[in-house]
Amino acid sequence: MDTIAARFQLNWPGFQLDVDLNLPGRGVTALFGHSGSGKTTLLRCIAGLEHAPRGFLSFKGEIWQDATTWVPTYRRPLGYVFQEASLFPHLTVLGNLRYGLKRIAAAERRSLEQAVELLGIGHLLARKPERLSGGERQRVGIARALAVNPRILLMDEPLAALDLKRKQEILPYLERLHDLLEIPVLYVSHAPDEVARLADHLVVMDGGLVQASGALMETLARLDVPIRLGEDAGVVLDATVAERDAQWQLARVDFAGGSLWSRDRGLALGQHVRVRVLARDVSLATKHQENTSILNLLSGKVDAIADDEHPGLALVRVQIGEAVLLARVTKRSAAALGIALGQQIWVQVKSVALME
Amino acid sequence: MWLSSDDLQAIWLTLRLAGIVTAILFVVGTPVAWWLAQTSSRWKGPISAVVALPLVLPPSVLGFYLLLAMGPSGPVGQFTQALGIGLLPFTFWGLVIASVFYSFPFMVQPVQNAFETIGTRPLEVAATLRASPLDTFFTVVLPLAAPGFLTAGILTFAHTVGEFGVVLMIGGNIPDLTRVVSVQIYDHVEAMEYADAHRLSAVMVAFSFAVLLALYVWQHRGRKET
Repeated sequence: MDTIAARFQLNWPGFQLDVDLNLPGRGVTALFGHSGSGKTTLLRCIAGLEHAPRGFLSFKGEIWQDATTWVPTYRRPLGYVFQEASLFPHLTVLGNLRYGLKRIAAAERRSLEQAVELLGIGHLLARKPERLSGGERQRVGIARALAVNPRILLMDEPLAALDLKRKQEILPYLERLHDLLEIPVLYVSHAPDEVARLADHLVVMDGGLVQASGALMETLARLDVPIRLGEDAGVVLDATVAERDAQWQLARVDFAGGSLWSRDRGLALGQHVRVRVLARDVSLATKHQENTSILNLLSGKVDAIADDEHPGLALVRVQIGEAVLLARVTKRSAAALGIALGQQIWVQVKSVALME
Repeated sequence: MWLSSDDLQAIWLTLRLAGIVTAILFVVGTPVAWWLAQTSSRWKGPISAVVALPLVLPPSVLGFYLLLAMGPSGPVGQFTQALGIGLLPFTFWGLVIASVFYSFPFMVQPVQNAFETIGTRPLEVAATLRASPLDTFFTVVLPLAAPGFLTAGILTFAHTVGEFGVVLMIGGNIPDLTRVVSVQIYDHVEAMEYADAHRLSAVMVAFSFAVLLALYVWQHRGRKET
């Protein structure tokens, strides 16, 4: 009863949506897909901004939509962040924040302070939206959605309208939200890096259909339906900064199956990080390599083998402790090495991406 | 005195008429404009056309039909008689009703444009912030459409001040009751009182120019700000 059940069907000219999902009642769920894949429409259906006839939506046991029920958007306890911040131009930042706050039950009202502090907008409160930068506007938009003390936060590509610099400005705030919020967040995005950094649960959409839905790390490691965030197959690992090597400017991060070295980006010891390892950066060897430039050598067991997109390539999944890595190798190499299920194998990781 | 007391009386009557008509149209025109801006109904086209009719019809045609409708055997006339109000033609309130019809598009069209410019996004935002549709209308739509309302109000007022044909058909020419400025000027000309006609006409020209100037200056400034 702690989940969100959503079933929607839409048949519009040139667009269809057909989903039947059970989403976790906590953590960040990324709705990932290309534009036109239906992810935004799905989010709008959940918000009640779009009405799919014969749809069904229950939020932690509360029916928001079924054959006889339709809870209008303004009665759903949600917060919504639009792609463009869409602040009310006739109100100041504070006026925007208070707009929703005034309309919820007094008992549910919490002070704005937390949202203001969380998004670092204290110095902007008296300004009109037209005098804010794009990044500031979006931060206010997020704070405004949080000010109604929602039980679920829906975010529709909150970074898509921003340039790279503004994105980098906002991502840390989103990560703080991820760590601090106890409510579920549905996060629509087509940007692999955002998903890899923020999501706990991944829903991949294409052509209005759900391709896969599951925990981020497991879903990315699936080989039966290869799920790609962007161009490349790859996995995301949870890790902790365990050592910093000042001489060589490297940092060691430990994950559930071993450790990996990476460039030291100045992260504090003990800090929790996510590590993204792409299949193209992982190679395999049957013997321990002595003379190699590659620092990260791990030992594991071949867990699954599947065809990759190109007929000459294969994806090999290797279990390392409790974690798995994906390696992309040519089929010729796989045959030459005699790679088979259950085989012990050495894994060489050329490059990893650390994400705070 | 520069203007005769009859002239002043006509001016006062005209301003009163225009003020009341504008006030009524704010209340009556706004829902129509809202509906037209929001609907995707197939009735949108026909209703839009009906709203715009007074723009193209000769005022005498409009006045003629309104006279028939409000007359002793017309539906409105029978209704007002049944209510014990009597007949509306050749009364001030008959004039008000006729002017409401005559100036309808001048209120509805600018307001509708303003509503359409706002788009659906602010309404959706308000809904996600717990505002009911009515709440949204008063706290988001009206403030954002304020420039459109100002334009509409000025145009409606000025247009009502300038009407003549409908007044003649419905109101006739009764001092202090239906004799508005435009009719008074007509009377002066008929009576060959060209000097009087000149003075009153000059007032009308000055008034109309001032109103339009204010409107354009204000609109121009508004564009530069955004």
